[in-house]
Amino acid sequence: MTAARTYRAALSIPSQTERLNDVREFVAGLARTHGFSEDDINKITIAVDEACTNIIKHGYNYSPDEQIDVEIIRTGAAFEIVIADRGKQFDPNAIQTPDMKDYFQHYRRGGLGVFLMKKIMDKVEFDLHRDRNVLRMIKTLP
Amino acid sequence: MSEFKVTIRPRDNNIHVLELKGYLDAHTTPVLEDAFQQMLNEKKYRLIVNCRELTYISSAGLGVFMAFIEDVRANTGDIKLSDMTPKVFNIFDLLGFPMLYDIVPAEEEAAHKFGNNA
Repeated sequence: MTAARTYRAALSIPSQTERLNDVREFVAGLARTHGFSEDDINKITIAVDEACTNIIKHGYNYSPDEQIDVEIIRTGAAFEIVIADRGKQFDPNAIQTPDMKDYFQHYRRGGLGVFLMKKIMDKVEFDLHRDRNVLRMIKTLP
Repeated sequence: MSEFKVTIRPRDNNIHVLELKGYLDAHTTPVLEDAFQQMLNEKKYRLIVNCRELTYISSAGLGVFMAFIEDVRANTGDIKLSDMTPKVFNIFDLLGFPMLYDIVPAEEEAAHKFGNNA
């Protein structure tokens, strides 16, 4: 018996918001190649955008010369996105899920990125590896 | 590289339309913030955001709407959104934004909802 073949692709960008579009194009292209619907492609792209935006904002505090590594690993039906950085630790699972009714009643702002990531992806995990923060998000192919 | 653009267009009944074009993410939100701020400075509170050419929005973009809606409504105005592609609408919908914002299929309908009492 042969194990499921693994496909990998990687992209690194400097920690600049103007490079978010490069990440989105990279992820969208691969999600399309691997057979996701246009709706899922858009959503997966947003989840990755939100993760990278959080790293740029909170992890690196807008310092433009740091690095974000994005890797896509497809094994069987699992489409995994691994995002690594060396900034301030930021665990999306430590962020409380907002009550949207309260959110709108009080005209709150921000904090929706993590909520979107969790809502869109099937799994969102965070690990600290030595001095690297590693975020893993998995979306299962239909 | 012009990845995001806002064009402000006045129309009838003291309504102003903000036409969005391109993608709205953490990089381009200042452009929309400036446009809303300009409207507030000019005391223009009857606003329609036409999203016909908006191709992408992330939570950073959604946050801009949250930042201005309270001030606009406090001045008896509103921010109504129109002409969204399904792709963009799905993101607003995923977070429940239709609870707070008037999102309609066409600009004319948004204008009609403002009524005549300018």
